[in-house]
Amino acid sequence: MASLQDRAKLVPQSPLAAAWRVFWPLALALVVGVLMQHQVRTNIDAYSSKQILDIGIAIILAVSLTIVNGFTGQFSIGHAGFLAVGGYVAGSITYYGSFALFGSASATLGTMSGLYGAKADAAFLTGGEGLFLFALLAGGLVSALLGVVVGLPSLRLRGDYLAIVTLGFGEIVRVLIQQTPQVLMSKEAIAAAKPLSVPLSVGGSLGFGNVPKYTSLFWVYAAVVLTLIFAYRLKQSSTGRAMLSIREDEIAAEAMGVKTTYYKVWGFVIAAFFAGIAGGLYAHTIGISLSPVDAGFQKSFDIIIMVVLGGLGSISGAAIAAAIVTYLPELLRTPDTLMKFAIVGVPMLVVGASLLAMAGKPARKSPEKKRGHDPRAFPRFVIGLGVIITGLSLLAFLAKRFGIDLGDYRLILFALALIIMMITRPQGLLGVREVWDGALYRPVRDFFTARRHKGGTA
Amino acid sequence: MDTLLQTLKDALTIGSLYALIALGYTMVYGILKFINFAHSDIVVLGGWLSLVIATKLLVWLGVDLSAGGAAAWWVGPIVLTLAMACCGLIGFTIERLAYKPLRGAPRLNVLITAIGVSLFLQNSGQLRFLFGTSPRKIPSLISDATLFSIGDVQVRLLDLVVIGTAVTLMLALEYLVFHTKIGRAMRAVSYDVRTAGLMGIPVDRVISFTFILGSSLAAAGGFLWALNFSVIKQPADTSWVLLGLKAFVAAVVGGIGNVRGAMLGGLAIGLLEGFGSTYVNPALRDVYVFAALILVLLVKPGGILGKAVVEKV
Repeated sequence: MASLQDRAKLVPQSPLAAAWRVFWPLALALVVGVLMQHQVRTNIDAYSSKQILDIGIAIILAVSLTIVNGFTGQFSIGHAGFLAVGGYVAGSITYYGSFALFGSASATLGTMSGLYGAKADAAFLTGGEGLFLFALLAGGLVSALLGVVVGLPSLRLRGDYLAIVTLGFGEIVRVLIQQTPQVLMSKEAIAAAKPLSVPLSVGGSLGFGNVPKYTSLFWVYAAVVLTLIFAYRLKQSSTGRAMLSIREDEIAAEAMGVKTTYYKVWGFVIAAFFAGIAGGLYAHTIGISLSPVDAGFQKSFDIIIMVVLGGLGSISGAAIAAAIVTYLPELLRTPDTLMKFAIVGVPMLVVGASLLAMAGKPARKSPEKKRGHDPRAFPRFVIGLGVIITGLSLLAFLAKRFGIDLGDYRLILFALALIIMMITRPQGLLGVREVWDGALYRPVRDFFTARRHKGGTA
Repeated sequence: MDTLLQTLKDALTIGSLYALIALGYTMVYGILKFINFAHSDIVVLGGWLSLVIATKLLVWLGVDLSAGGAAAWWVGPIVLTLAMACCGLIGFTIERLAYKPLRGAPRLNVLITAIGVSLFLQNSGQLRFLFGTSPRKIPSLISDATLFSIGDVQVRLLDLVVIGTAVTLMLALEYLVFHTKIGRAMRAVSYDVRTAGLMGIPVDRVISFTFILGSSLAAAGGFLWALNFSVIKQPADTSWVLLGLKAFVAAVVGGIGNVRGAMLGGLAIGLLEGFGSTYVNPALRDVYVFAALILVLLVKPGGILGKAVVEKV
């Protein structure tokens, strides 16, 4: 008997619908990108646009790691290795490619490139941008190939052991990049070299800073939109469901006929591809000098913090957490703004506490209790958020009072947040749910509709 | 011949330090089945605490070493003991506050908590009023004058002390684990936590003891490391992280959860790294270690002395 998947393929699909399925994400990415570049960026200062750019790249990284750590339930702690590989491949393509094609490594910005905008008479897309786009894809693909290599050990290794192998992978990438020659090849040397005959130098331990700076809000947010749509569709698809089943119980999934290794490797490949794209975008950002440290485990841990705080398995959670984790350090440097948060935080505490008092307990044998729909979930969420916001503003107040720069303590605060989160709310901000599945709406509904326990003790 | 002997000496020194640190990883993994990422930061803490203690102690004793020479022979052991005690206490506190609430939680959560603890220790160690971000020189507690030489290879008292202390501590641990009551309890808990609890073994107390033991061995590792290289890097320096990672690799290569395996693995990794960097390419010393890790995991996932674990349904 043909499988459900095969039979589904027999259902005729109109070519128009097929084209639309491919077209609309691209169209949406284009629209969002253009809006970001020409509406948002023109209305904010250069510093904020750099912030928004960093958040975009962080979102791509966090969502891509979600596919491995959240969907397939494997634990990769070498994700920065893919970032670095993508970045270095893309960077060397644009750097050396620009020499070969245009004679110099400076960027030829069109209207869609450059963080601080292009000349008014610039073309919509220039040849340099074409090269940049090609370099991004090439970086992603090389990274994806390495994803196969890193994913294959998952055939034999589980859990912690696989985590160590991924860690080792990231460190090996770091050390190998460090060993490359530090001096970039001169224009003459490049012209004299036969194509692909010499290993290209990428700056070694000094970093690779001379990459033409093409990255702009347009490119980053177009990539963010595509990554989010891809992850969303993946989660709904049969491939995604197979991945989720591996996360829930690998042995049971295997017993049900899921090709576990196949899907685990796929998870690594997809995640590596998007991380490679993010690396390419990162390498071409103004003010960034790609360096071997970017492949190290400290960078990997940054991405893991985002994914874990957002909720392992939640795309929207990872994206939200990526934005918060990237933006919070800036907030910590401006205690005055942070102190004003108390205006929101304190009322949240009061409202949350009174809601909790009103919520009562779920009736003992009600279906709500069975399905885990607790009317107290919503008030608790409000109180939790209130505690965090009030705590932050209190911290800002104390820091200002004693003249401490909270920016110095940002990593300590993140580390504490990670520990406390694991102890008090191990599922992270959204758990495995998504904003579009009603992760934020459901607790509210439960609060109003759950059948309550009447009198006595539960 | 001299190169061979020199390499052997250095490799054995480094290898015995790896082994000492690997013991902490392996004991915690054996009992709680998670990688204690914070262990390498305890090593750092041990190194820095011994520096601070040594400096304070010498000032208190009124000894000035700025002109050269070494402190009296009994200063070293005092510093070592104090550093080990402090780190043991810190290890105990970490276990109680961060890991104990997660007993029975999924292993991934504990792993993430360990990463959090590691980041916390690293970044708080960098604070200006703690250890700061610049490297410092540890006072020479043990003379580094040449004791005797074999060919061109000079053997210092320092080298003998480093290897000797590491080996003594490992022998002591071996005795503790295999020949005492608490050691038997530790082995029972690592064999099966639930059953050990049912047999009346105070599981929580054994786990706490394991952490104290592992952390004080880590402190000794940090102390010896600092003595050996005399300059101690800032708490979040990559070299510390690599030290921790390699010690961990040693634990895995030897067979994680196995005390003797950790010692064997430490020496193996030290030798591999030493000979690889002398005879092949010094720049790739980290690559050998991680390549060995991946190779061992793929060929014999249980490690040299470990047993392969079959997952039961």
